[in-house]
Amino acid sequence: MRISKELLSGMYRKMQSIRKFEKTASTFFAEGKIPGFVHLYIGEEAIAVGACANLRDDDYITSTHRGHGHIVAKGGNLKYMMAELFGKETGYCKGKGGSMHIADAELGILGANGIVGAGHLIATGAAWSAQYRGSDQVSVCFFGDASTNQSTFHEAMNLASLWKLPVIFVCENNLYGISVSQARHQTIKDIAKRAEGYCMPSLTADGNDVVTVYEHVQEAVQRARNGEGPTLLEFKTYRQHGHFEGDPGAYRPKEEVEAWLQKDPIPRFEKYIMENKLMTADELKQIEDEVDGNIQEALDFAFASNYPALESSVQDIYSDIVEEARSR
Amino acid sequence: MRKMTYGEGIREGMRSKMLEDPNVVLLGEDVGPYGGTFGVTKGLWEQFGEERVRDTPISEGIIVGASVGAAATGLRPVAELMFIDFLTFGMDGLVNQAAKMRYMFGGKISVPLVLRLPAGGGISAGAQHSGSLEAWVTHVPGLKVVYPSNAQDAWGMMLTAIEDDNPVVYIESKVLYSKKYQVDDTVAAIPFGVASVKREGSDVSIITYGKQVEDALSAAKALAEEGIEAEVIDLRSLYPLDKEAIFASVAKTHRALVVTEEVKRGGFGGELSAMISELCFDELDAPVVRIGALNTPVPYSPALEAYVLPNTDDIIQGIKSMF
Repeated sequence: MRISKELLSGMYRKMQSIRKFEKTASTFFAEGKIPGFVHLYIGEEAIAVGACANLRDDDYITSTHRGHGHIVAKGGNLKYMMAELFGKETGYCKGKGGSMHIADAELGILGANGIVGAGHLIATGAAWSAQYRGSDQVSVCFFGDASTNQSTFHEAMNLASLWKLPVIFVCENNLYGISVSQARHQTIKDIAKRAEGYCMPSLTADGNDVVTVYEHVQEAVQRARNGEGPTLLEFKTYRQHGHFEGDPGAYRPKEEVEAWLQKDPIPRFEKYIMENKLMTADELKQIEDEVDGNIQEALDFAFASNYPALESSVQDIYSDIVEEARSR
Repeated sequence: MRKMTYGEGIREGMRSKMLEDPNVVLLGEDVGPYGGTFGVTKGLWEQFGEERVRDTPISEGIIVGASVGAAATGLRPVAELMFIDFLTFGMDGLVNQAAKMRYMFGGKISVPLVLRLPAGGGISAGAQHSGSLEAWVTHVPGLKVVYPSNAQDAWGMMLTAIEDDNPVVYIESKVLYSKKYQVDDTVAAIPFGVASVKREGSDVSIITYGKQVEDALSAAKALAEEGIEAEVIDLRSLYPLDKEAIFASVAKTHRALVVTEEVKRGGFGGELSAMISELCFDELDAPVVRIGALNTPVPYSPALEAYVLPNTDDIIQGIKSMF
């Protein structure tokens, strides 16, 4: 066995946490209790979990608009996340950020991000900072296939390679940029190819297999910690829901959706665990039950929390200036 | 006292913070051995080395974006874009990331970066290298914006900019780089949000910043010969803004002229003018006069450029129109 039982059960717990958090968000969004836009990570859990299982608390990640999974995987607190989605003052961002803007500096989470491609630059900058300070921290940049058409991707790849920065570019190729399929947004199929232009090692792998993801990221993290520079890892995956909740996803052929549902990363991981007799069915069930309890706790916390005071809207813009409030 | 150019003032501000704090790093195009397009970083690469004074690719997105990531994780980067006009490629990092991160994340992340932006016309650099774009950044909550007009302020405000825990846009006037000024032997940090009264007067307040401070002083001198005493207020910091200094001056003179080099339409001068009209209406004996560039891109040919940009005579005429 290459992976310890502790790590396996930890990864399984995180995958279930993400899945159940997202299902809950979906339900409450549909009921109109969660406002705004919510982009769910259901189907892609293996990537965030497999990648973050290699990271320490002081390593950095940058996330995307589809960020809940990365935040949970990096150790984010479900209660503060849930409260944020409901716009409550106890949320990660005191209700000022919402689904697309959750961050946790203490866990190195430099933010989910509503701007496609923005994370490439920030992750690269964080890696530069780690390198400059002489730490062995690494920076993992999560992003989708479509963001590799942004200039930010190329600017970041170029600098990371040139300065040998400890950054791991983790592409979650879910085959669509919103409604536009990969074939309609770029001529390549394997995004890993783009690394060649930057003399950067890269590979393409199955993103629905958490063990595969874990192993590839482990190698890349090792390289980064050793000062050997960046890596581009492309993981093929599929989001099971629409781009955001409320998007029926009619642009995707039924057969394609069906085929990918068969490759759902969670049952696959369960099967792998059972076939290799790494954990028992009871042990898996117990984790699932505990996660259900955690989600319920997070919901209770969110419901019991207050909405933010209106005057908080003019705070936290600057470290030292509070803006003028309305007189009404 | 000693003589020092505006560019040297900026450099000395950076140098003294770099000596104090190893987390202060410089980056940008040609800031290393070349010393910066306008020579501002000259000698710093030799003094502090490659790790702290980093030449970047011509890649404004990563200059700003990497500064954001570095600032959020313990460094205090001072980034130079060669011309303020190139901010377009770095805009997302500045306005969607640096400016909003503290707020979006509930006050839990600081982005202490300084972005140096050489601005303004007057050197026949053409429409893509002559911009005065302060309104783009003063419009964005989360940014501080400063625009020094002389070497002493350039030095003192750079100290404050680097110490600040918020993103600071530090706009530099290109035509002032090689001008010499008297500078104190030791320069202390100049707090943001404190304007400087460059000349006292009783009849009209000229409110301005950057290169237009010297135009305003020339205009005031000429007007004095005709019996009009103009007060010249150098804002120095556009946000935070020293409203009290503006209001106190207008309460004394009862007339205000705002002069900025930007295109007049939608400019920061409009904001100043509206603020004075709204909040000092009862004090005013005449409508606020706004002087700016014509609403054109900045042309290349020297005579055209001089025609488009505001000058001392425009200020004099603007003030006379109020009496």
